[in-house]
Amino acid sequence: MATSEAECLCLCLQLTGTVCNLLSLIFQGCFVFKPSAKKKKKTLSLGEITFVLQDELNRKILDSLLDFTRKCSSTRQHSDWASQMRASEIPTAALVLGVNVPDHDMTFQSLSELLQQSVTPHVASVQAKECGGEGLLALVLERLMDTVVTVDDEEEEETEQTSTQLHKSVHCSLSTLCDWYNAKTMKSKTGTPGKKRSSPVRDDPQQPPVVIIFKDLEAFNPKVLQDFILICSRYVERLPLMFIFGIATSPSTIQHMLPHSVSSLLCIELFQSLSCTQHLATVIDKLILTPQFPFKLNGKVMQVLMSIFLYHDFSVRNFIKGVQLALLEHFHSQPLSVLCCKKKEALLNVMQLSHHDLESIRHLLSFRRYVEKQEPQEQLNLFRDDTHLKEVCQKLIKDLRKYHKNYYPVLRCLHTLTSSLPRYPLGKQVRELHLICLEKNVWENEDYQTAMKLLKMLAKDELIASLQRCVEILQPVKSKKMKKALVELEELLAKFKQLDSKFLLCRLTWGLSLFSNNSYCWWNREWKSTTLLEMNESRRAKKLSPFEVLRNEALEFIDGLVKSHLSPPESQTLNEVCYYSSSATVRRHLNATPRTSIQAALSSPYYYLQNESLKTEDGTVSNAAPDICIAYKLHLECGRLINLYDWLEAYATVVSAAEGNNPDSDNVRKVEEVKHARFIQAVSELEFLGFIKSTKQKTDHVARLTWGGC
Amino acid sequence: MVVVVLGAPGTILRSVWYEEERLLRVAQQMPCREVQAGMLLSLMGQPQQYSYPSIFIYGHRASGKSHVMHVLLKELELPHATVSCVECVSVALLFEQVLLSFFGCDAASLLPRSPSLSDFVRIYRQQCSQSPAKQTRYIVMEKAELLRDTDANLLPALLRLQELVEDNVTIILLSEIVWDKFRPNTGCFEPLLLHFPDYSKGELQQILSQDRHPSYTAEFYSSYINILLGVFYSVCRDLRELRHLAALNFSKFCEPLAEGKVKETDTHKLWRNIEPHLKKAMQTVYLREVSSLQWEQMQQMEEKESGALRGLSAHTHVELPYYSKFLLIAAYLASYNPARTDKRFFLKHHGKIKKTNFLKKNEKTSNHLLGPKPFPLDRLLAIFYSVVDNRVAPTASIFSQISSLVTLQLLTQVSHDDQLDAPKYKCAVSMDFICAISRTVNFDIVKYLYDFL
Repeated sequence: MATSEAECLCLCLQLTGTVCNLLSLIFQGCFVFKPSAKKKKKTLSLGEITFVLQDELNRKILDSLLDFTRKCSSTRQHSDWASQMRASEIPTAALVLGVNVPDHDMTFQSLSELLQQSVTPHVASVQAKECGGEGLLALVLERLMDTVVTVDDEEEEETEQTSTQLHKSVHCSLSTLCDWYNAKTMKSKTGTPGKKRSSPVRDDPQQPPVVIIFKDLEAFNPKVLQDFILICSRYVERLPLMFIFGIATSPSTIQHMLPHSVSSLLCIELFQSLSCTQHLATVIDKLILTPQFPFKLNGKVMQVLMSIFLYHDFSVRNFIKGVQLALLEHFHSQPLSVLCCKKKEALLNVMQLSHHDLESIRHLLSFRRYVEKQEPQEQLNLFRDDTHLKEVCQKLIKDLRKYHKNYYPVLRCLHTLTSSLPRYPLGKQVRELHLICLEKNVWENEDYQTAMKLLKMLAKDELIASLQRCVEILQPVKSKKMKKALVELEELLAKFKQLDSKFLLCRLTWGLSLFSNNSYCWWNREWKSTTLLEMNESRRAKKLSPFEVLRNEALEFIDGLVKSHLSPPESQTLNEVCYYSSSATVRRHLNATPRTSIQAALSSPYYYLQNESLKTEDGTVSNAAPDICIAYKLHLECGRLINLYDWLEAYATVVSAAEGNNPDSDNVRKVEEVKHARFIQAVSELEFLGFIKSTKQKTDHVARLTWGGC
Repeated sequence: MVVVVLGAPGTILRSVWYEEERLLRVAQQMPCREVQAGMLLSLMGQPQQYSYPSIFIYGHRASGKSHVMHVLLKELELPHATVSCVECVSVALLFEQVLLSFFGCDAASLLPRSPSLSDFVRIYRQQCSQSPAKQTRYIVMEKAELLRDTDANLLPALLRLQELVEDNVTIILLSEIVWDKFRPNTGCFEPLLLHFPDYSKGELQQILSQDRHPSYTAEFYSSYINILLGVFYSVCRDLRELRHLAALNFSKFCEPLAEGKVKETDTHKLWRNIEPHLKKAMQTVYLREVSSLQWEQMQQMEEKESGALRGLSAHTHVELPYYSKFLLIAAYLASYNPARTDKRFFLKHHGKIKKTNFLKKNEKTSNHLLGPKPFPLDRLLAIFYSVVDNRVAPTASIFSQISSLVTLQLLTQVSHDDQLDAPKYKCAVSMDFICAISRTVNFDIVKYLYDFL
């Protein structure tokens, strides 16, 4: 994670175990650090997981980029006729990363690290906002040479003090860079051999390329970029330069930005990264659709996070941050989240629950539902006896874990079966199916019925293939029920195969018998027509073929699995422990609505100030409200243009009414200076908030910038 | 009087001041530029004589300007400084490079920080009094057209630098555009003009044939160049590009030879083999749709596989978040529809408005021909809220999407940067692009465009 804030989050939110330690510490007020033996098991924090994931996802494209740089630097050394003849082109990698710009940082970070590790120590990455105008060259030199480059309009005292020789050596031009590069490579040639051995991957220590990464090509000023490329191309014989362009939109932007005379200096190769939706699918797969982490998101929160991703930013990083926020909120707001941890710890924590905590368990909705189903005696026990409740809780926690262990494999099985159906009744992605399942009983869903109908028409090889995949999904699962299901599924598959061989055998013997009859060749027409006839007859009789019987059996089996394991988590007792459900909080934090809040503050100040005197009925503002609220309220009644004097009059009336003066008395007629000043302040505050602006259309008027009102 | 004798074209260049042998070497290095080189030599005169203060050389790209100057100055060992004006982002760099190459780095270090022209002249005179010129010094300025963008006094001063520094120095300006475009309003010293014409087809053939492959005969390579020019001469006369193309495609040309199918002399068969290939090169690698590296790989691949490789402009698809798509659509509508027609498109009960009589005269021409018009932010949002199919809260991320569309260059901000004062934007995407985008969200944009009513 790039920001320190995120690091903090990662640090304090180690999901497994440690979270519970930390949080139970907070709740119990003691600070005992348990040096857990779980370390052996290699537990990963959320942050680490996501980082590893990012790395894996980018691995392929990064590898190909590395290959590209190596190849380019090696072809430079070749001295065959063709490469000599070729006009000196600068090798350029165009890296298309998609519009989710916030995610790019991490990719470039790991890219430059990898390059530095294995190809070249000379890597500089630049961003458009860092170099407005002519600073690009200076910035590149600075990054590469690790020195302060003197640009003429820059006032720096220290460079004056240093000797003139040094001052010259860092003058802002590429020839300086060339000299520096030559000095560097000469040094490494004569350098200690031990140092070279430390980086054995470097295939060519004498001439490592100089890589310049342009992180956001679109944002660069085209003129600056063109000049930079022109300058670089003059030095390409002396300096093995290489560019990497980070492109957010499409590669054709290169052609929009650079004219032919410039782009002919580049040898551009295209690299396309994974689309962000695929990226997200992997993250969800590894992070959410797994029983590994006890913390879960409920349907609404998932929906909010997904909609932010799909509708607003396409940023996987923001999605992960959203999950982290939910995690923080959950452990912060839900006291029972002490139980949201590894099984052993959870069971231990149950035993340590205080009476107060147990009371809150008794108030849980899901627990009350559970109690209602019990015998009256048991009900009494649950409400009175704390130790009994603890035991029951342990059992319930175990049940919840089992539920999760079964839920995800079955979800995946159902997905593999339905994801290839026409028109995707249950969604293309697992996450869609997951959302459906989180909401209500999936088997009551209409789409599920249609999916099942479609499945009943599936051809044999397709069905067998998807069942085979289900077997693969179920194989690594350790839970008892899943093992049982696996056995049954394998039996079904075996039957399918048997059917296959039986059918073949049947055919063969029949064919042979025909053949032995000697009347027909077994492939001739007559034979075909008879079989067709037979088939038709069987269809007419509505008699199911053995395959159809078996198919129905298999689907009933799947249906059974779904009904027993894919019930929504809300139906599970104690689900509140693991599931974070406050979607409104997440939405408020991640998808802020500044204008709505400002309007809310202005129209009902009580909401924020909590002053009793401000309390009013809907749609009105009390006289005692702050000046800006009164001015705002009054301006809502106006049209597009507001006469300032009328506004002032209205304001003065309201305010003097608040002070208890009779509006008709003489001294109020004249607007006091203080009120005048307060009014002007309120108006300029409104202008600053963007509700009005001055206009030249009419004297003494201001224009409204928002529409609507009362 | 300088006597310059020019032999028959393509033979030798003669001047009495330099040894024959050296001139021969010079002539060999610049084929087809003997006339211009001879002219230059005569302008330069004897090494110790004062030369004309400034010479302006112009000609198209890759017509040998820099090359001729470089070869002449280098082979004849004349003191010179070559400066590229692209590289000189500040005048300081220019002054420094000139002083560096004439007087060494001690002189260059005398320049103060952010030097003015008079600083340069002062130091030059100071240095030149210590080491006066024995031969004419030459300052060659490549891409001189960029000098027009620098301080107004620089170009006139450079043109009469000889007078200013009282030294035997000549400025040679190289440019792709004519002198008329340089002349400042205030007038200046007129340099001598020298034009480098484009190479003719025969000359190109002669020059290109020189860099033959070492393992093939000159005639063979020359016939290859002939074929190459036959295809490319009509679209490209740039020597550098042609040389590049020649290098890229030669291996393919030699292929049948290596397989032993054809003899070197069988030009017709070789032509039949290479011609479709060259035609394909014209559409791809010449336009830089495909990089030269990829082109080489393609040559090694089988024909059917190479079809999979797509050019740069084939990738135009951009994936955008849902609301960004609608924002872009709204921006497009706002850019290409007259603001007065918004009522007709986005109000439910707009009544009938006849197209002809409610239009101003200039609105009758197609808005797509006129290009996008700027629109204020609130119009964009108003259209956005009416085209997007569900209620959208005006969240911060909607606004941040607008600014990220600006950084992606799909929108451009036309007014100043002050966000408080109703910013204006323009939509910068093409019709095809927006149609593709709106198809993905099932929005029929053509129905909302005034031009297609």
